[in-house]
Amino acid sequence: MNEEISLLVAKNCSLRFGGIAALTNVSLQIKNGELVGLIGPNGAGKTSLFNILTGVYRPTEGQILFEGSPIEGLPPHRISNLGMARTFQNIRLFSSLDVRMNVRTSFIARLRNGLVHTVRRGRSFRTEEEEIHEEGHRLLAFFGLEEAAAQPSRSLAYGDQRRLEIVRALATRPRLLLLDEPAAGMNPTEKEELKRLIVQVRSEFGTAILLVEHDMKVVMGICERLIVLDQGRVLSQGTPTEVRADRKVIAAYLGESHAQEVTHE
Amino acid sequence: MYHSSKGWLNPRVGLALGLALAVILQLCSGWIDSYTSQVLIFAAINVTLAVSLNLVMGETGQFSLCHAAFMAVGAYASALLTGRALPAMLPQLTWTGGSWASQLTFLPVLVIAGLVAAFAGLIVGGPSLRLRGDYLAMVTLGFGEIIRVLLQNTNAVGGARGMEGILPVTNLFWGVGTAVVTLYTIISLIRSTYGRGFLAVRDDEIAAAAMGIDTTKFKVTAFIIGAFFAGVAGALYAHAVEFISPEGFNFLRSFEIIVMVILGGLGRPVGVAIAAILITLLNEWLRDLSQYRMVVYALIIILFMILRPGEHLGPFFRRLIPTGKKAPIAS
Repeated sequence: MNEEISLLVAKNCSLRFGGIAALTNVSLQIKNGELVGLIGPNGAGKTSLFNILTGVYRPTEGQILFEGSPIEGLPPHRISNLGMARTFQNIRLFSSLDVRMNVRTSFIARLRNGLVHTVRRGRSFRTEEEEIHEEGHRLLAFFGLEEAAAQPSRSLAYGDQRRLEIVRALATRPRLLLLDEPAAGMNPTEKEELKRLIVQVRSEFGTAILLVEHDMKVVMGICERLIVLDQGRVLSQGTPTEVRADRKVIAAYLGESHAQEVTHE
Repeated sequence: MYHSSKGWLNPRVGLALGLALAVILQLCSGWIDSYTSQVLIFAAINVTLAVSLNLVMGETGQFSLCHAAFMAVGAYASALLTGRALPAMLPQLTWTGGSWASQLTFLPVLVIAGLVAAFAGLIVGGPSLRLRGDYLAMVTLGFGEIIRVLLQNTNAVGGARGMEGILPVTNLFWGVGTAVVTLYTIISLIRSTYGRGFLAVRDDEIAAAAMGIDTTKFKVTAFIIGAFFAGVAGALYAHAVEFISPEGFNFLRSFEIIVMVILGGLGRPVGVAIAAILITLLNEWLRDLSQYRMVVYALIIILFMILRPGEHLGPFFRRLIPTGKKAPIAS
C-alpha cells in the first residue's frame, strides 16, 4: 500500500502569461520509483510543466504536492532540498569548477559544517570534506567519470557533460529526478547508452524519473507510462502501447488526415 | 577560469606563517624607516580591501561599487570608538608607545568596526542582491554616495572637514596581520565544499538553485563578509593616516579597489593580493602625477584586456615560479 502513495501529484495546474495559456488544467501523478515519460509536440508545454514542478514559475492555478506537502510557489532551492532534482535541456554545468567540484556543489545544501566551521577547518570539517569526497567519487565511478574527475567540466565530451549533469542531480539524493530532453543532440549510439543509463539509475538508486523527451525511440523503449501534452493540456496517458495507438496522439503529431489513415489500416 | 581542488599551501600553515611574518615585521619596525613602514601598511590595507572585494566580485560574481563606503563606515566607527568612547570609559588607557596589553585593546576596536560595516552590508545587500548585473551596480553606487553625503552633513563627525587627531595605533603587526587573516578566511572559505557555493552562484544561478543552493543567502553572505573586512581595513586606515574625511571614501576609491581585483584575476585571492601590493607601489611612484592616476588605471586595464584576455596577474606570476605542476587552464 505504501508504494502506492503518490510521490508527486499535480492537480488542475494552469500557467498563463497574460493572455497566453501555457498550461491548462494539467493533472498528473508519479509514484515512487516510477519511470514516466512526458512527450508532446513542440510548444506543447513540456518545459512549462517542468518549470512549475521545479519552482521556476508559480502555477497561476492548481496545486502541486510532493510527498503529500504542497510545493507550488516554493523557490527552486527549497524544492531541490525536498528531494526533487533536475537536469537542463541546455547543459548548465558550473564551467569554472572541475568535474569533481560540480558534483560537490550538490552536497552544500545538507552540509553539517557551516561558514564558521569551514573557516576554522577543524576536525569535523575535515571529516565531512573527506566523506563528501568519497561519496562524490563513488558516484563518478558508477557513471564511469572518475578518470575525468580533475578535468574542467567544459572539456568533457557532450555525452559526458549530460552524464555529469545526471550525476550532479543524483548527488542531491533525490526521490524524483526530472530529466529535460537528455537525448537532445545525441547520436544513435549515445542515445542507446543514455537509455541504459536511465534504467540503471532507476534500478540502482530507486529514484522515480520523469523524462521529458522528443525522441520517441528513447521514451517508448524505457518508460512504463507516458503522459502526452498538446497545447498545454494532457492529451493522453497510459502505457507506451496504449499511447501509440491513441488516435488523438497521432493526430497531434502527424495531423488529422494521418490519424484517419492509421485507424483505417 | 578553472579552480583546482587543492592549493599548494595548507591555509592553516599559511595563516601561521603570515602571522609570524606580521610579528617579525613589528619587532623589526625599529630598523624600518617610517616611510617604508607607512607604504607597507597601506599595501596591507589595500590587500585586505581587494581580497575581501574579490569574494563579492570575483567569487560570487556580484558587481559592487560601494566597497569604499563600507571602509568609511568602519573608519568612522573606529575613530569614534578610540577618539570618544574609549577615552571616556578607560581614561588610563594609553595607545602610542604603550604596552602590548594596551595595544591589544585595538583588536576589539577593529572587530567592532568590521561588525558595524557588516551590518551596513546586510542593509544594502539584503534587498538589493535580488538585482543582477547593472542594476546591482547602480544600487551599490547609490549606497556609496548616500554614505558619503551623510557623513559630509553630519557635524558630529566633522562634516566635510572630516575627523582629525585620530590616534596612530595602526602598526605593521595590525596591518599585515589583518591582511593575512583576510587572505586566510577567504582562501579557506573558497577551498571547501561550502565555498564552491559562491562559485556556483557566479557560474550559473539557475543551476545552483536547482542543486539546492540558496543563492540569495550566498550572495548576501559574500556581501557581509566583504563589508566586514572592508570595515576593518577602514579602521586600520583611519588609525594609520590619523585623519579621515568623506572625500577619501568616494567612488574613485571603490574603483581603485575594483582595479586591483580585476588585475589580480577575478576569483584568485593570491593574485588579487599581489595586484593590491603593486598598485600601492605604483601609487607611490606616481605620487607627483597623482591627478593622472585614474588615467593610468584605465590604461592598465585596457592594456590588460588587449594583451592577456581572460588571463591576469595570478596565472602570469604562477608561470614565473616553477612549481613542477602544469599551470591550470585559463578561460
